[in-house]
Amino acid sequence: MTLTENRAEKSPAPVVRRRTRPDPSARSRGGQRFLLVGLTLASAYSLFPVWWLIVAATKDRVALYQTNGMWFSGWHLWDNLHQVFTYDDGIFLRWTANSFLYAGVGSLGGTLVALATGYGLARFDFPGRNVVFACVVGSFLIPIALLTLPLYLMFSEIGLVDTPWAMLIPCLINPFSVYLAKVYTESTIPFELLEAARIDGAGELRIFFSIVLRMMTTGGATVFLLAFVNTWNAFFLPLTVLRGEENWTLNLGLYNWTGKKMESGVDVTSLVLTGALLSIVPMAIMMVAMRRYWRTGVTLGALK
Amino acid sequence: MIRSQRWKGAAFTVPFQLGFVFLYLLPIGYAVYQSLFLEQRSGLGLGGATEKFVGLDNYQQGLTDSAFLGSVLRVFLFACVQIPLMLGISLVLALFLDAVTARAAGRFRILLLVPYMIPGVVAAIVWVNLYSPLVGPLTPLGEFFGFQWDFFAPSMVWPSIGNLLTWHGIGYNMVIIYAALQGVPRELFEAARLDGASEVRIALSIKIPHVRGALVLTGLLSIIQMLQIFNEPALFRNVTPQTVTDSFTPIMIIYNQAFSANNYHYAATLSVLLALILGVASFLFYRLTSREVD
Repeated sequence: MTLTENRAEKSPAPVVRRRTRPDPSARSRGGQRFLLVGLTLASAYSLFPVWWLIVAATKDRVALYQTNGMWFSGWHLWDNLHQVFTYDDGIFLRWTANSFLYAGVGSLGGTLVALATGYGLARFDFPGRNVVFACVVGSFLIPIALLTLPLYLMFSEIGLVDTPWAMLIPCLINPFSVYLAKVYTESTIPFELLEAARIDGAGELRIFFSIVLRMMTTGGATVFLLAFVNTWNAFFLPLTVLRGEENWTLNLGLYNWTGKKMESGVDVTSLVLTGALLSIVPMAIMMVAMRRYWRTGVTLGALK
Repeated sequence: MIRSQRWKGAAFTVPFQLGFVFLYLLPIGYAVYQSLFLEQRSGLGLGGATEKFVGLDNYQQGLTDSAFLGSVLRVFLFACVQIPLMLGISLVLALFLDAVTARAAGRFRILLLVPYMIPGVVAAIVWVNLYSPLVGPLTPLGEFFGFQWDFFAPSMVWPSIGNLLTWHGIGYNMVIIYAALQGVPRELFEAARLDGASEVRIALSIKIPHVRGALVLTGLLSIIQMLQIFNEPALFRNVTPQTVTDSFTPIMIIYNQAFSANNYHYAATLSVLLALILGVASFLFYRLTSREVD
């Protein structure tokens, strides 16, 4: 769509420009205005909570409770940040590091496993292939509680509960990543290429590591990104398998802080809000920087 | 393909298969196994616990447990309202995006996707504070218009959570529906226009039927998520423990059975039941929505 429009803009003839407009319901100017107003209102609804959060993170306690929430009053962002990072001996930094560790390392391992599996499923016809794929798709329907509770019991028997391993190991197996990797392999790795490599005498492992993985960088990045977001957002698994606060994720820590507000009578509202804002930042940077991959991932997910 | 090559191909999937056995099949098997037993304490409970095989007794208890069934019904009714509402808004926004210029569509799509970038727990934290009568801007806004809003009142908790979920979900669902709309051949619209169809008519008779698949998919994903809703009620519970009880949603009950009541056997039973309910609900939804297509 964008392509045709660009071409139209370069063209000198106005007639062509009109004909190649994306969808000319735009012909009535009133209609177009109506659509834009609708979209603007929806965007305002989507954005105002984030705006409020940003404003709230710049206020001190008094201003937070007494001034209009949608506009600034004083500038205490640095104080609030200082408070977040020093509260409880800087436990917030520890949680941030944990979240990065679980999401980063876990997703990296999970992506490698998924790429190998997706490649195996898409390009080899071995007995039981359909069973493996059925497991992948069927597991989309399994409720997390059905997996997480017995996993907790199994992990506690082998002493993994309350260690980073309890978060990292489950990340290695992600059926949705496998599904995506299979779809990407089907669209990027031609059979002929593999045949040619085999005729040249390359072994299967060599083909995978030096040809397939290289051609799958885009697909792999998408799989990694979605897995990273998934792990970063996880709540039920860390809540179940992580007990001591030194192993918690950001989500878990923030949840705990919101509970504190009422339990001990200490007001930690601005602490929670500044922390919440901070926890969005890495995600936002990552999503904006990798938006190309992430968009294809979202739409590909829809095609299953 | 040569025989040995096939097996080498299978080898690529071995790490996944092993992991799947240990992280999926084994836990499910373990849960089913546990659901058939009951922990019995001898005497005064000092002599340690023994496990006793009770067959399907736990399931009988689960299927007559009014708290569990009530929570399933509560979530189900909520889903019947929230999911159509959210998908309806997403569909309208996708149709709007499809009808404006490409440049405007690109900009609005990014803006509308901002909530999707925010982790669910953080989104819930933000909205709990927006609803808060102490720090949130919504209470003064209501007072300005003469309303006394109490977002945490028993009758308002579900609408409040529903708004939060809708806010969080419309961008993502809109993108999926919009992608499906992009796949509709543009000539169809031109032809309809030549026949004198209005834009609304084109949207209703051509565009919406073409994105039915995307709607079914987003609906299915939303149902699966909704029956497992946990994060949002858990955060609301921090604010209003009286209204949002610890048996508010099925997963909350399961979690509390496991970690507060220390009754793993019953928690396992309820998670198996929930999985079955989820399977049946997804199947019914899929059948209902795909039959209409024929």
